[in-house]
Amino acid sequence: MREVDLIILGAGPAGMAAAANAANLGLSVLVLDEQPRPGGQIWREVERAAPIRGDILGKDYTEGARFARGLDHPRITHVPGASVWQVDATGEVAFSKDGKTEVAHGRRILLANGALERPMPLPGWTLPGVMTAGAAQTLLKASGIVAERAVLVGSGPLIYLVAAQMVRAGVPPLALVETQTRRDLWRGLPHLPRAILGMGYLLKGVGLLGELRRAGVPRFIGASGIVIEGSDHAAAVRYVSGGASHRIACETVLLHHGVVPNTQASRSLNLPHVWNAAQRCFQPVVDTWGRSAAPGVFIVGDGAGIAGARAATLTGSLAALAIARDLGTLSEADRDLAARHLRLRLVLERAARPFLDRAYPPCAEALAPADDTIICRCEEVTAGAIRRNAALGCLGPNQTKAFGRAGMGPCQGRYCGLTVTEILAAFHSQTQAETGAYRIRPPLKPVTLGELAAMEEQTEGMG
Amino acid sequence: MKPAFRDLSPEGPRVTVRFDDRDLALREGANLAAELLAAGVMPFRRTPVSGAPRGPFCMTGACFDCLIELGGVTRQACLMEVVEGLDIAMPKGRRDA
Amino acid sequence: MESDYAIIGGGVVGLSVAWGLLRRGLTVTVIDGDDAGLRASRGNFGLVWVQSKGMKQPRYAQWSQTSAALWRGFADELTDLTGTDMGLRQDGGYDLHFSEDTLAETVAKYEVLKGQLGGDYPYEVLGHNALRKEEPNIGPKVVGAIWHKQDGHANPLRLLQALADGVRRKGGRVLTGLKVLSVAKADTFTVTCEDGTTLRASKVVLSAGLGAAVLGPTLGFKAPVRPQRGQVMITEKLPKLINRPSLIARQVDEGGIQIGATNEEAGLDDGVTRKGLAMLAQEAILAYPALARAQLVRSWGALRVLSPDGLPIYQESPTLPGAYLVTCHSGITLAAVHALQLPDWLEGRPDAPDLEVFSETRFS
Repeated sequence: MREVDLIILGAGPAGMAAAANAANLGLSVLVLDEQPRPGGQIWREVERAAPIRGDILGKDYTEGARFARGLDHPRITHVPGASVWQVDATGEVAFSKDGKTEVAHGRRILLANGALERPMPLPGWTLPGVMTAGAAQTLLKASGIVAERAVLVGSGPLIYLVAAQMVRAGVPPLALVETQTRRDLWRGLPHLPRAILGMGYLLKGVGLLGELRRAGVPRFIGASGIVIEGSDHAAAVRYVSGGASHRIACETVLLHHGVVPNTQASRSLNLPHVWNAAQRCFQPVVDTWGRSAAPGVFIVGDGAGIAGARAATLTGSLAALAIARDLGTLSEADRDLAARHLRLRLVLERAARPFLDRAYPPCAEALAPADDTIICRCEEVTAGAIRRNAALGCLGPNQTKAFGRAGMGPCQGRYCGLTVTEILAAFHSQTQAETGAYRIRPPLKPVTLGELAAMEEQTEGMG
Repeated sequence: MKPAFRDLSPEGPRVTVRFDDRDLALREGANLAAELLAAGVMPFRRTPVSGAPRGPFCMTGACFDCLIELGGVTRQACLMEVVEGLDIAMPKGRRDA
Repeated sequence: MESDYAIIGGGVVGLSVAWGLLRRGLTVTVIDGDDAGLRASRGNFGLVWVQSKGMKQPRYAQWSQTSAALWRGFADELTDLTGTDMGLRQDGGYDLHFSEDTLAETVAKYEVLKGQLGGDYPYEVLGHNALRKEEPNIGPKVVGAIWHKQDGHANPLRLLQALADGVRRKGGRVLTGLKVLSVAKADTFTVTCEDGTTLRASKVVLSAGLGAAVLGPTLGFKAPVRPQRGQVMITEKLPKLINRPSLIARQVDEGGIQIGATNEEAGLDDGVTRKGLAMLAQEAILAYPALARAQLVRSWGALRVLSPDGLPIYQESPTLPGAYLVTCHSGITLAAVHALQLPDWLEGRPDAPDLEVFSETRFS
């Protein structure tokens, strides 16, 4: 079995920063990532795309290139195309690469799995042609492909960024249908002074809005009653905004109303999670170094709490310091000294979040979908079915899953879990924390039976 | 079907990929799901629950809507790259043929 | 508010009994735990199974046979009321063998049992070629199978949901999210829960699975139940590959292939292990080689509720008459008799089934 000091799951901003720092501090590092090249989602394909499309994608993107280069270190082994399907708190990680499962052991494990788009169940959201805004951005970054007749729907700064990138690419979106209201903006204002610390973000956002205005991209605010029309493919978006009904014929609908931590791996370790009310999602409990309730497991980046790419590099670096201290290659004094300026920068990076979270909240009607809206894409379970099972005594997602199959598909609740929690919480007048989340068990990603059968005895009494 | 996507950099060596009964010329080494989208392939699959058409949704390997079948194994197209001679099909789901 | 019966535990066993009591016009309150609880009702294999049961106790074989025979009527009645289809298929099932020796041994045991049951044990021994005609995808290493005609399978989760629905429609009260702390008896029983909820009933049924190990002794039972873990796997939805179920694999109505199970003394650990998954995968592929390319989508560890001899326990409390312990590890197979015959025993009716062999007196 491959033995290393540190196994890192995810080669995004957090994982790359942690790997480079850990290696520089003398630790042997194994980085496992599903994608063929490093970058995660925010910096997807940055090594290939920055030279070609950097002007469209912007500096926040291209700066990821130096982190990718940081993986080129004698003490770092980066395994791309590795699908991690089991992690345990003793430090063993099973991953599938090229059809074969390997098990590695790390004295410490760092989960840097990033974020997922918050599920946004609206009528028609399962039609071909409907994707997340993040997906559109990935298509642009990794493949130079832009949707021609697209409408962006939802709320949050990513909508503006994607729209601006599309404008720069010469394929502007047909419209932005934004679900946040003026009142949401007012609610964010008390947090604006603090957000001044993150002035860079705010100025960027203002800049993006200016870009969109100059390009003549129509924006509709306070949208509601959103329906995606089409039979075999998305064909139009209907909505109400400014007191009037609208309908835009289109071919692609890009949804976004925030990102949430990807908690599949942390849940599979049965680690405690808390409900973050401001960001309306679950996140794992970690200390200020990123250490989870399991002493050998650290969780960093957006997977521990949404704060963006730069914050991810900082939390990744902080964890690397703590792990080096754990494993004896760094003194406590040096660790704390190095951490100081990282923590200061982290405060700045996190400063704008409270304002953004309130000014651009999740789309209310996607948190409380109509009965006939599909909320589990894999098993095609509707919101109404969830409510019927709630009426049959299902208090949480696990009994609900047993009664109605929501969460049983291959995505294992990545795109329905939060919705089920919200529906049940509303139905039973409970908090989301009381309602809970799906129990997650391996495989975190599908693996063939043939591959399982061929697993060699990696340890004595393998388990 | 007319592709809903514009390819900003269509240049680069292309290889033949077979998808069901169609031969497509896709960019070598590019993301498979992206190339299929650019080539106008839609839907990628029909769900085994109701037969509803589906295409890529998240492009990050999390949603499983981009499933295709390669060598009898269902795989996520958004995690694959285009190579010469790729012979893929819509996943069978529960259908026998 | 007082009920005729308070049923502690709202899994398949408790709900089946509740359904049966409600059918007889009795009033019932079911008390069930929370979302995170260990629930054998959620993790089982869904078999409605006769063969291999009661090899050392023919009465158990008979009890299983009776239940299997009643299952269709039980399911139809539940479907009529709730609209939910249980997906019952009773086409027979296999005991697959990879060696002629084990096959012959098992056949010999079945012949003995058949004699004890007066000949009512309809099975057929299939050699590899005959099995191949029934199961085109069976692997070359399977030398043969015992095909028992009374075996079958259903969708255990739809059964659970349908029972939860049916019990409510018949006027049963089902309280979920509760934990029973104590049961006291004056002239009626008072059940007290952790959150302060109390209810009164003339009789109490303890059908709380592994929870009976804690609560049982306070009610005068031995309740010698222990957990035994079975790791189970399920694949992506696939075209029809397997016609009839076996203990190794079955294709569920939704299309996935369910593979099981280990038999581990793992305490209350309901997780899965790589060793367990590897072993299950190996056996499944030996039985059906096409499964090598199937993607595993989910796995879980289910905790069987096992008595020392693996047989059910039906016992009235010696110290608190009117309190009954009902526990088994075949809650799906026995759902029909739990609904249609056990209530007669609970009510002390003269035509009640003879369940003496299942009493706790056998453990001493």
